[in-house]
Amino acid sequence: MAGVTWRRLTLGVAAVYFLVPLAIAVWFTVYNESLGFSLGAYGRIVSAPGFGESLLKSLLLGAAVIVLVLLLALPALLAVRLGAPGLRPVLETITTLPLIVPPITYVVGIANALRGGTDALAATPFWQTLISIQDEDFPVVLVLAYVMLALPFAYRSLDTGLRAVDVRTLVEAARNLGASWPYVLFRVILPNLRSAVAGASFLSLALVMGEYTIAALMGYRTFPVWIVTVSGSDGQLSVALSVLSLGLIWLLLLTLSGAGRKSK
Amino acid sequence: MAGLTGSRRRGGGAGWLAAAPLLVVTLIAFGIPTVVLGVGAFSVKGGGFGFDNLSATMQEPYIGALWSSVKLSAVVAILGAVLGAFLAQAVLTSRSGLLREAVLTASGVLANFGGVPLAFIWIATLGNSGVVTAALGLGSGVLYNFWGLALVYLYFSIPLMVLVIAPALDGLKPQWREAALNNGASTWQFWRHVGIPVLGPALLGGGVLLFGGAFAAYATAAAMVGASVPLVTLQIADALTGNVLIGYENIALALSVDMIVIALLVMAVYLPLQKRSSRWLA
Repeated sequence: MAGVTWRRLTLGVAAVYFLVPLAIAVWFTVYNESLGFSLGAYGRIVSAPGFGESLLKSLLLGAAVIVLVLLLALPALLAVRLGAPGLRPVLETITTLPLIVPPITYVVGIANALRGGTDALAATPFWQTLISIQDEDFPVVLVLAYVMLALPFAYRSLDTGLRAVDVRTLVEAARNLGASWPYVLFRVILPNLRSAVAGASFLSLALVMGEYTIAALMGYRTFPVWIVTVSGSDGQLSVALSVLSLGLIWLLLLTLSGAGRKSK
Repeated sequence: MAGLTGSRRRGGGAGWLAAAPLLVVTLIAFGIPTVVLGVGAFSVKGGGFGFDNLSATMQEPYIGALWSSVKLSAVVAILGAVLGAFLAQAVLTSRSGLLREAVLTASGVLANFGGVPLAFIWIATLGNSGVVTAALGLGSGVLYNFWGLALVYLYFSIPLMVLVIAPALDGLKPQWREAALNNGASTWQFWRHVGIPVLGPALLGGGVLLFGGAFAAYATAAAMVGASVPLVTLQIADALTGNVLIGYENIALALSVDMIVIALLVMAVYLPLQKRSSRWLA
C-alpha cells in the first residue's frame, strides 16, 4: 500500500513540474488579455525575417553532420570488430574528449586557432581554404565542430546497435559471395543497423537544431541563434518559438524512432 | 597458423586504414583548437610561458564564478540523480506500459531540450511577469538566482537521468528481491545491501553526466540571469566577445583550461565506474 502511495506522489509531483511550464507556455502563446484567443504568434514566426533561411541553414548543417558522423564512425566501429581490437581504446578516448571539453571552451580554442591560422597563413594558398571554411552560408568549421560534439552520442548508439549483430559472419558471408566493400557496408551492415543509425541521426540532428553557444559566439545565424535574435522584446513570439523548437525535437524523435522500428 | 596470423595482421592494418578518416578529422577539428587553447593559456605577455593567466583566474571575480559553477552543477547532479532515479522507479514499477512508453519518449525529448528556448518557457512561467508568479503572488526575482537556475537545469537533467538509469533499473532482477524478501530481509535491507550497490555505479555515472551538462550550460544562464549569478561560462563568453577590457583574451583561455581540468577530474570518477556497472547489468 505504501508502495502505491509514494508512486502516485512521485508521478504527481513530476507531472506538475514537467507539464505546468509547458501548458503555461502554450497558453501564453495563444491567449492575450487584450486580443483574446489567437494563433497570431505562430503566424508571426513564419513571417519573421530570416525564418526560412536560418531553418534551411541548420537543416543543411544537420544533414552534413549526420552523413559525416556515420561515414567516420561506422568504418572505424566495423574495423574494431573485424580484426583491429587495438583500435577500441583509441576510439573510446576520442569519443570521450568532447564530454570533457565543454562547448564554450571548445569555441574559444576554435576562434583562437582560426585567428592565429589566418595571420600565420596569410601569404600561402592555405589562407583561401581557411577563409572558405568560414563561409557564412555553409560554415564548414561549424560542421566539423558539431561532428566532434555529436560523435560521443552517435558512437555509443552505433556501438550498442552493432553488439546485436554478428558482424564478422555477415561480412565474411557477403565477401565470400563476391560483394564489394561498399556493397557490404550499405546493403548488408546498414539494413541490420537501422534503429541504431536512426538513433545516432536523431541525436546528431537534435544537437545541431539546438546548439547555440558555438554558433552564436562565432557569429553564425543558425536556427537557434536566429530564435534569440528575432525574439527581442516580443515575449509571445519568443515563447512560441520555444514551443516550436520543443515540438521540432519531439517530431524528430518520433520520425526517427518510427524509421528504426519499421525494419523489424 | 601462419596464414591466420598473417590475415589478422593484414586485418589490423586495414582496420587502422578504415579508422584513419576519423582519426585525421579528430586531430584537425579537435586537436588543433585544444593545443591552441593550452598554448595560449600558458603564454605570458611579451612572449614565453608561465602561469600568469592561470593565477589570474584564481582571483576574484573569476574564482567566485568557478566556485559558483561547480556548486550549481553539484546541486543539479545530486538532486537530478536522486529525483530521476525515483521517477524512473515509479514509472517502471507501475503496470501501465503506456505510461512507461510516454515517460521514456518525453524524457528523450526533454533531455535534448535546453538553451535559450528552455529559459523562455520558464520565464513565461516563473519570471517577473510569469503566470505562476502572478497567480501565487510570488513577487519578482524568484527565478533569477542560484536556485532558480537549478530548478530550470533540472528540467533537462531529470529526464536525462531517467534515460540513463532506466536500463539499470530494468536489469535489477525481480528474483533478487524475491530471494532477499524470502530470506527475511526488509524492503530497506534489500535496497541497502542489493539494490543500491548494484545501481550505485549507474547512479554515480548518471550524476557525472548531469554535472557535466550543468557545468557546460551557457545559453540558458545567459538568457535568464545575465550577470546576477556569476558563472564561469558567462565569464568566458564575456572575455571572448570583448565585453571586458582589452587584453583579457588570455583570461578566456585560462578559464577554459580551468573548466577542462575540473571536467577531467569529474570524468575520472565516471570511467572506471562505468566498467563496474556493465559487469552486473550485462
